[in-house]
Amino acid sequence: MDITDFYDTFFEEAEELLADMERHLLEIDLEAPDAEQLNAIFRAAHSIKGGAGTFGFEVLQKTTHLFENLLDHTRRGELSLRRDIVDIFLETKDMLHDQLDAYRNDEEPDQEAFARICQTLQQLAREEIGQELETSGGLPTPPDAASSQTPAPAASSEASGSEQAPDAPPGEQVLVVALLNVGEKDRGLLVEELGQLGEIHDTHGDESCYEITLVTNVSRDDIEAVMCFIVEPEQLQIRAAAHQGASPPPASQPQTNKAHASSPLSPSSQSDKPKAKKPKAGGESSSIRVSVDKVDQIINLVGELIITQSMLDQTVSELEGVSHRGLLNGMSLLQRNARDLQEAVMSVRMVPMDYVFSRYPRLVRDLAGQLGKDVELVTEGESTELDKSLTERIIDPLTHLVRNSLDHGIETPEAREAAGKPRTGRLTLSAQHQGGNILIEVIDDGAGLDRDKLLAKARESGLSVFDSMSDDEVWQLIFAPGFSTAKEVSDVSGRGVGMDVVKRNIQGMGGHVEILSRKGKGTTTRIVLPLTLAILDGMSIKVGSEVFILPLSSVLESLQPSRDDLYAMAGDDVVLKVRDEYLPVVAVHAAFDVEGAKTELNETIAVIVQGEGRRYALLVDDLIGQQQVVVKNLETHYRKVPGVSAATILGDGSVALILDIAGLHRLSRVKKEAQRPQRTFNDFASTLHKEGEPS
Amino acid sequence: MSRLSKDAEFAASEAQNREFLVFSLGEEEYAIDILKVQEIRGYENVTRIANTPEFIKGVTNLRGIIVPIVDLRIKFHLDKVEYAGQTVVIVVNVADRVVGIVVDGVSDVMTLTPEQIKPAPEFGVTLSSDFLSGLGSLEDRMLVLVDIDKLLTSEEMALVEGTSA
Repeated sequence: MDITDFYDTFFEEAEELLADMERHLLEIDLEAPDAEQLNAIFRAAHSIKGGAGTFGFEVLQKTTHLFENLLDHTRRGELSLRRDIVDIFLETKDMLHDQLDAYRNDEEPDQEAFARICQTLQQLAREEIGQELETSGGLPTPPDAASSQTPAPAASSEASGSEQAPDAPPGEQVLVVALLNVGEKDRGLLVEELGQLGEIHDTHGDESCYEITLVTNVSRDDIEAVMCFIVEPEQLQIRAAAHQGASPPPASQPQTNKAHASSPLSPSSQSDKPKAKKPKAGGESSSIRVSVDKVDQIINLVGELIITQSMLDQTVSELEGVSHRGLLNGMSLLQRNARDLQEAVMSVRMVPMDYVFSRYPRLVRDLAGQLGKDVELVTEGESTELDKSLTERIIDPLTHLVRNSLDHGIETPEAREAAGKPRTGRLTLSAQHQGGNILIEVIDDGAGLDRDKLLAKARESGLSVFDSMSDDEVWQLIFAPGFSTAKEVSDVSGRGVGMDVVKRNIQGMGGHVEILSRKGKGTTTRIVLPLTLAILDGMSIKVGSEVFILPLSSVLESLQPSRDDLYAMAGDDVVLKVRDEYLPVVAVHAAFDVEGAKTELNETIAVIVQGEGRRYALLVDDLIGQQQVVVKNLETHYRKVPGVSAATILGDGSVALILDIAGLHRLSRVKKEAQRPQRTFNDFASTLHKEGEPS
Repeated sequence: MSRLSKDAEFAASEAQNREFLVFSLGEEEYAIDILKVQEIRGYENVTRIANTPEFIKGVTNLRGIIVPIVDLRIKFHLDKVEYAGQTVVIVVNVADRVVGIVVDGVSDVMTLTPEQIKPAPEFGVTLSSDFLSGLGSLEDRMLVLVDIDKLLTSEEMALVEGTSA
């Protein structure tokens, strides 16, 4: 087993640690920093340093080392945090991230950036603490707290915090590494690893406590860093051996000399440590990392299982009930289990919205600083779950909305004061479930949209608008391509590309955007998304001998049109009158050239559908029923088909196409343009003309 | 030494030999690289897709994935296109995609040495020589070696997004 096998684990853990660090840095209260948070930040830097050292990522190790030293001073209260210091820390964190990425891609990190950040940190140290930080990549060597300190109980000998007090001077030392409850297989690995770090003198013990005596010049931290990739920190105890007097602290008083008489924070830092470590460790052991591909494969297979099950169901339902009772019972049990299985598997893909929201505190902070605004970010409903693929695709549109709110929505502190509002603006991100949908809202208490300005701007850009438009319609204007009311193009927003892209992205995910706004009070942008893209509630319809699926969410009603309600219009168009509303009519058989479809209008069924704000009547032969279908992408192996959003597999194993409501309307327009002398469907239009309009 | 070099020679020539799946379209024999072939199955249960070229028969369900089916006989303008017992679909993997092609029948698998593969002459409008990797001569038979990758990803097949007008 090679140490490079652990690289990926290290990269992933380091990434998480950095994310953790950022979160704490953003949350920290500058007036009264929470000791626990300072410790957490320090620990993150420390763990990364340990790993970086082990794997020989020199630049990363040196940077984290400097950073760690500064953090250590902060933690001890020798360096008080200010906003600009936090900014530097955040910058350092970004730099660490870049370095990590470089190593991940097998590149050397940018030396210049490295030199710059080192200088920045050094300068900070000089100015604030009045002392230079040591730059060597070695151990931090605080004054040896020595054995005169009160011996702490051995139980707290969690090695993770032991960076403060190396028990032996750097150089050869004898350590006893105790493995608690480590299985034989892992143990072998660990012993092998240790063998590379130093000389193993003795091994003894059983599974519950296996002790390895090691002579090494590698620091305890580094040993721990290596081991932690295999075992949990709780399973590990490292102490200096009471061995031929080689090492000063006696074995009865292990490495827990954590006290720093000089540090006012140390008592709390010491007691906090095990507490803080626990939840993280617990989280790790109760979850596993699985690649999305594997999960998707399982979902696919379960989808197949469901299809097979419904095929069986169809066959079995034709059997006579009495003599096949056992089989029928078994089938219904299978059906229930299969559905449960599907639900359980689908839930694996769900991730909490926190995954999305957690990236905004930093963005809001940076942007607000840039724009000279005071903004408080509030997030609600972080635990609301959403399909992983959707969370990834929602990030860009949401980022855009947040930027917009900060730039255009929330006013400067002065303007807010003048308007009688608190200086600090409030931006709320919230998520909640509503039926089969998730509502994501971006709410600001800023200036709100200005109706008159929007209308004026729309006229300027040549859009057709009129004063009597409803507010909703006016707000929708901002989604028009190239529309921006910003007087100047700023770095943040106002280039007019964006809102239309936001809308398109969200529609691409099967959702829609609504805007609620009141002048002077603020704006709420609401995104409504389906919970998952993988399953769809569909209505199956029949045209000729072909079956299609309509997304149930876009079906409003269905009715049998009577000839009296149909009117021919402008040559070959037909409209249907439904309760005083005239709807354009699209015949599926005309759009898709289906042969053998019903063309007599009083025999067909009109399904009123709505998509992208457009409502029309779809003519079909028959309604078959409602069912949940597993959505299969057509583009994976084929390509996008006009009027079709995806495909699914029916109970008999055949493929049915899922109709794209908005796309179908476009398709039918295009087709009509293309083939003026029309066929069957438009013959009807001409017959209507001949007969004259019915009264 | 000599043994070693002989072995190496043998391995080299072995490596250059290629295996082809031979199928028939009407009277003609065609062949494609066997490594592209995933499986061979019957022609059944194809769902038509509207507003596509005639040679795209539609899509079918291949164990949970939706696969387009192309009828090469229509594409190559063969006179007789019927779906009978012999009609099969060769499922091929090209450009990370799975595509089924309908042919009149599959005959056998042939190994061709480099010598047996002749360059394809410039000809025909129906099947541009761009899509051929050569002609295989096998005693009295001639196999048209189709570069199935190029053919199926070409613009005129309209199978892949963005390549068609």
